[in-house]
Amino acid sequence: MRIDFRKGILAMPLILMFEPAPAQDDIAALRAELEQLRAEYEVRIDALERRLAVAEQNAMQANAAVSQLASEPAAAPSPAPRAQAGIGDSTFNPAIGVIFEGTAWRYGEDPEDYAIQGFPLGGETGPRAEGLALGETEIDMSANVDDKFTAFLTAGIHIEDGEAHFDIEEAWLETLALPGGFSARFGRFFSGIGYLNDKHRHAWDFADQPLAYQALLGDQYIDDGVQLRWIAPTALYVEVGAELARGGRYPAAGAARSGVGARSLFLNVGGDVGSDHSWLAGISWLDARSVDREAGPEDEPLSFTGDADVAIAELVWKWAPNGNWRQENFVFQAEYLWRSEDGFYDLPGLGTLPYDAKQRGWYAQAVYQPFPRWRFGARIDGLSADDPGPLFAGTLLEAPADDPRRYTVMLDWSNSEFSRLRFQYARDDAGFDDESHWGLQYILSIGAHGAHTF
Amino acid sequence: MRKLVTVLLLVAAPLAARADLTVFACEPEWKALAEAIGGDLVKADSATTALQDPHYIQARPSLIAGIRRADLVVCSGAQLEIGWLPALLRKANNRRVLPGNPGYFEAALFVERLGATGSVDRAEGDIHPQGNPHVQTNPHNLQLIGRALAERMAELDPGNAEAYRRGFASFEARLRDAIARWEAKAAPLAGMRVITHHKSWIYLEDWLGLTEVANLEPIPGLPPTAGHLSQLVSRFGDGGADVIIRSPYQDARASEWLSERTGIPAIVLPLTVGGTPGATDLFALFEDILDRLLEARQ
Repeated sequence: MRIDFRKGILAMPLILMFEPAPAQDDIAALRAELEQLRAEYEVRIDALERRLAVAEQNAMQANAAVSQLASEPAAAPSPAPRAQAGIGDSTFNPAIGVIFEGTAWRYGEDPEDYAIQGFPLGGETGPRAEGLALGETEIDMSANVDDKFTAFLTAGIHIEDGEAHFDIEEAWLETLALPGGFSARFGRFFSGIGYLNDKHRHAWDFADQPLAYQALLGDQYIDDGVQLRWIAPTALYVEVGAELARGGRYPAAGAARSGVGARSLFLNVGGDVGSDHSWLAGISWLDARSVDREAGPEDEPLSFTGDADVAIAELVWKWAPNGNWRQENFVFQAEYLWRSEDGFYDLPGLGTLPYDAKQRGWYAQAVYQPFPRWRFGARIDGLSADDPGPLFAGTLLEAPADDPRRYTVMLDWSNSEFSRLRFQYARDDAGFDDESHWGLQYILSIGAHGAHTF
Repeated sequence: MRKLVTVLLLVAAPLAARADLTVFACEPEWKALAEAIGGDLVKADSATTALQDPHYIQARPSLIAGIRRADLVVCSGAQLEIGWLPALLRKANNRRVLPGNPGYFEAALFVERLGATGSVDRAEGDIHPQGNPHVQTNPHNLQLIGRALAERMAELDPGNAEAYRRGFASFEARLRDAIARWEAKAAPLAGMRVITHHKSWIYLEDWLGLTEVANLEPIPGLPPTAGHLSQLVSRFGDGGADVIIRSPYQDARASEWLSERTGIPAIVLPLTVGGTPGATDLFALFEDILDRLLEARQ
């Protein structure tokens, strides 16, 4: 079809050019017709050549077995040649995708005053901008480098104080050919600790991270480093991973220990129960060294130097009748994060004080899709902190009188797997003084979109 | 760490399969085909069942573990599994079954694919630019794919190469006889006008000479909408279609609703092995499809 159409377009100027000719001179008309025929044949030959090239490409990619097939073509269902597209993940290499996100959020209190008593916030975390706002625009590129490596890049463009900031969020290479169930990753990547830590923003079930991730990991722990991962050759899914990282990002800081300031371990197991249920459970540990790590209010930050240990336990349970995910599904997930920090805090106006305290955070959430397109979700999350002692009385680090809590519900609608609109409402006495806020969010993706993990 | 690994390996050893060739099939028809060729020499598992929509599968931990241990991954390809298979392959750390290696087999590569658009405008829906991936509904395709698969199995397990070739030869002989029988039996179906839920049946239509007149999905991949269904009622209220077809994993409401308002019978056809109680293997699958279509034809 397309070829005919193109042929038509290419022949058009010729037709226009020669149309008046037959009235004047029969020979000229014949010549014109001949010309036109020749032009048409050239186009057709050109098209055939292109199809041949595509076919050759197909043949190259389908390996040895194809030649076997070709020897007995009689069994082919219909002998007429038909359109055959090239084989591969994408017409483009590398595969490129863009994810758009935007929000409209409404608060009862000024989001600029958002602060959680006992937990100076670090990293990228914080409330969404009030009112209409463009969220993060994410550009993903990925491709195999060769037969031994694959590469992935996520660049984020986000608006801060009216200015656009371009940020290399993730840029990593991963091995394809290590034996024995191993793989290694190098570069900048989301650490494999926890369940939510390595999920991209667009894959979150709520518009924000749970309090535990906001307060203890600065939304997500991402750093430059290396990761080694191993999958056991068992029916039970067993994944073991270890990472060494620069230690430049919250909850680490300052690239301590000569630029190897953080290390982590994680273990995940999972499986199915019948065809309706599947589960994943894991534990992980992060040892992050911090030097002059700033957190809390931007104008008067608190600075921490010392060791931060984070331990995480996770459980995810998914259910779909007959495992037919499209029609109806339910996901329950919960995580418990535990952080111990030992070192010194430099507080504005108070000087350097020894600090040794433990903090905890947790959440549990359920998301239900009763029929295609619509999902309902509810989440409860909370924090608790040991009191760091009388030295910190009256500061942001003093443990809160009541454990902070937040209750969130959401409703989202997806026209296709590439577009999602979400409404979210939260009752928050963690960062605010018992306040309600709600908002709308869209997440849309164009271009190549990588398959989502469990 | 090393101790942990050792302990895990010891626990794992008895669990690991001891067949000669471990096959991870994305869909039940490829598990059935591998077993028909390899018999006891293969241990095949299917990632999905006939009651699941193969476009939408969670990249479950059990599937990562399955690919980790597989010698051969057999999938439909043509982007049917694009939403989940790449995530599994990336996580499973099994270099032998990555695309480009003999352990990775895409069935759709070995047949002539229908419905290839070449273009990817998503306003047209969830289309597959490389052609329709539901190739298993034409038994001639199974013959082509089976031959290629048997060769691949022979390449991966040379010690049993002759057994795989013999297995295929006997499967092919049975299939040829069956196809001749089916084609005779299906003669009354030629020209039958069908409305299908999703474009899952174009290879069956091509084989039997059915005419697809409409889909319940407004555009491929989107669930049926009230507006589109009422359009279909006005289009087919006075005839113009003989049967409404859906797969077992598709919501019955849309086709039942349309059937009630137009009087066109709505039926379930098994898209693969296990889709209906009768579709117990590849041969029974086609018997059942034909029986159900012939019943609707009357």
